[in-house]
Amino acid sequence: MSRDDASKGTPACRLATVDLTASFFDNAAVRKVNLEFPTKTVTAIIGPSGCGKSTFLRCLNRMHELSDGGTVQGKVLLDGSDIYDRSTDAIRLRQRVGMVFQKPTPFPTMTIFQNVAAGLRVNGRGRVDAVSDRVEAALKGAALWDEVAHRLNTSAMELSGGQQQRLCIARAIAPRPDVVLLDEPTSALDPASTQGIEDLVQDLKSDYTVVIVTHNMQQAARVSDYTAFFYLGELIEADRTDDIFRNPREDRTEAYVTGRFG
Amino acid sequence: MITMTGRRFRRRIVSRVMTSATVLAATLAVIPLFMIFAYLLLKGASSVDLNFFLQNPAPAGTSGGGVAPAIVGTGIVVGIAALIGLPIGVGAGVFLAEFGTSRLSFIVRFVSDVLNGTPSILVGVVVWTWMVRPMGHFSALAGSVSLAILMIPMVTRTTEEMVNLVPGSLREAALALGYTRWRTSLKIVLRTALPGVVTGALVAVARITGETAPLLFTAFGNLNFRTDPLEPMQTLSLQVFTYATGPFPEWHRLAWGAALVLVTLVLVFSLGARYVTRRRF
Amino acid sequence: MIVGTLLSSALALLIAVPLALGVAVYLTEFSPGWLRGPVGTLVELLAAIPSVVYGLWGIFVLIPILRAWIVPSLQLLFGWTPFFSGNFLGNSMLAAGVVLAIMILPYISAVSREVLLAVPNHQREAALALGATRWEAVWSAVLPYGRAGITGAVVLGLGRALGETMAVTMVIGNRHALGVSLLEPGYSMAAAIANEFSEANAELHLAALFEIGLILFVITVCVNGFARLLVWRVAGHSLKAR
Repeated sequence: MSRDDASKGTPACRLATVDLTASFFDNAAVRKVNLEFPTKTVTAIIGPSGCGKSTFLRCLNRMHELSDGGTVQGKVLLDGSDIYDRSTDAIRLRQRVGMVFQKPTPFPTMTIFQNVAAGLRVNGRGRVDAVSDRVEAALKGAALWDEVAHRLNTSAMELSGGQQQRLCIARAIAPRPDVVLLDEPTSALDPASTQGIEDLVQDLKSDYTVVIVTHNMQQAARVSDYTAFFYLGELIEADRTDDIFRNPREDRTEAYVTGRFG
Repeated sequence: MITMTGRRFRRRIVSRVMTSATVLAATLAVIPLFMIFAYLLLKGASSVDLNFFLQNPAPAGTSGGGVAPAIVGTGIVVGIAALIGLPIGVGAGVFLAEFGTSRLSFIVRFVSDVLNGTPSILVGVVVWTWMVRPMGHFSALAGSVSLAILMIPMVTRTTEEMVNLVPGSLREAALALGYTRWRTSLKIVLRTALPGVVTGALVAVARITGETAPLLFTAFGNLNFRTDPLEPMQTLSLQVFTYATGPFPEWHRLAWGAALVLVTLVLVFSLGARYVTRRRF
Repeated sequence: MIVGTLLSSALALLIAVPLALGVAVYLTEFSPGWLRGPVGTLVELLAAIPSVVYGLWGIFVLIPILRAWIVPSLQLLFGWTPFFSGNFLGNSMLAAGVVLAIMILPYISAVSREVLLAVPNHQREAALALGATRWEAVWSAVLPYGRAGITGAVVLGLGRALGETMAVTMVIGNRHALGVSLLEPGYSMAAAIANEFSEANAELHLAALFEIGLILFVITVCVNGFARLLVWRVAGHSLKAR
């Protein structure tokens, strides 16, 4: 199922999946999903636990194949070309599609500066300035610059949980990817930090296409422009967020968003 | 009623006795330790002076002389062994931890376990066959190789354990940034596990510093001051052995001194290893 | 000398196992918390002492003590058995057994400790709740649970004793003899190789020594493999073997 484009005037889609099926050994966790992600918007992926949301997300940057027994069929198109094509370099792909995980994972042996710069390919000596600029831009983009500008060379582990997650976001956006994937980024955070991240997600969409997996429906309703509802590995319905929550077309969608299960 | 109390009383006595027995066991176990250290200090300290460190051994039967060749020899043999053994051991450990399910890792682990339990003298025999015999003479290098062979399983095991402690989420974060698997292993995982890996390395170095058996027919020992690794070389451990089993009382005195230096060296490495991990907390 | 190797190791186990288990039980069950660290470290330090130093100490400290106090008492009590007949000259199977025992004690103790720590607390608590004394709880609930692992620890100690060279060769007397008395000099495979290898000029002698080495290797590998199997099964996979 895909969304109803024509009447709603959605922006062009750089990222889309075509009949995407993801399996662990022989068990399909995600089945034949066709979904498009409008550029520079936030798309939320919701559904009960175990429905394949995270697995699906990890297909978008070719992380799923790194899991034990992970296989993928179908296509994921980024700017028209399939990322699973043999000629595509998975490493370079991951620099175009960034990811932030549920648990904040700054690299413990690196400073704040080094953490943010970790994803940048430093191609030679003369580029040191460029790296500093990018780090600053990324930290500003992650709304962390003001808090850490004076201590860029201290250990990243001294930051609070919410700050560490924002650091991870800065690290993910430093290489200026096209797409940013967020896998339940606030599940491990306290409410105050969660609020900060949610505000940040709204800001990110001006520069990046954002896909956020969340088990928190209210969060999806707050931050996203489009929402996709997954159930038991299948995409049930995808539409503008308002429509999903107020006017779902499928019964199962309605049952989920009204809290009858999940 | 009376029999119940009697039996309970007896059980209580038994419990007390056995508990005390375990305390006794613990005390007995620790006594030799104190005895050894006490004798090392008492008998060894008296023969350790500046000359001890600087001079070569005196001719047999005469008094005086030092163990300078042995000290330098220990440094060279252990140093080269570490240069060979540490990279291989750490590399193998990282390999096992990161790629631990492949068939190659099963072989590596098996070989490592077998080597771990092999008597050190047999390693010396093997290296004698591979190196000393073809070369035609004993050498420090052969000694280093046998020590390295002993070292590798130890270092592999501790490295693997430490690397396994690094949470998978860190690896995932690195991979998601576009790191290759090897770059993730080396730059992120190993760096995070480094304090523990260094500890394991220091402990292994401490162990091989005290080894004698594998050196008996590889490095063999030397009365003269030598620094060329291709020549037979003396080490503190060999020196203690020669002097302790020799016929001269003077030698026995020097043996205690050499033993004191050797044990001090081993302890420095062992305690250094603990110090490294303490700083992490 | 195969007999010698086995005899010296058996004697070492006889002495070391009860002591090591006692230490392990003490440290896991009975000792006050603050004492655990220091005592544990001290026992572990025993493992750090090089073999030659044990040999040195064995020659100049242990053997005189044996000669002065222990052997006369043993001869008084057990002189009628074949084990303690004959004259005690110093270098003997007994000395080797005692030194080996001290050397393998920390290994058996450390592994046993980890095995005992792996015993779930509810085993102890169930026994205590039924009215057992502290010792009874250990003896009937904890130790049986860790039986396989402790056997593994003992076998591990055996493995180390079999291959130990320097300390043994320094105190055992190095004599090819097949006597049963512990007071007489003896030999072990490792000691034989250590002593005779450099001087073995005849091809046959060398070949014989190699053969001894091979036998020693096979025995050690089997024993160690068996030990590891037992320990791994009980106390989990992240065991710090030394």
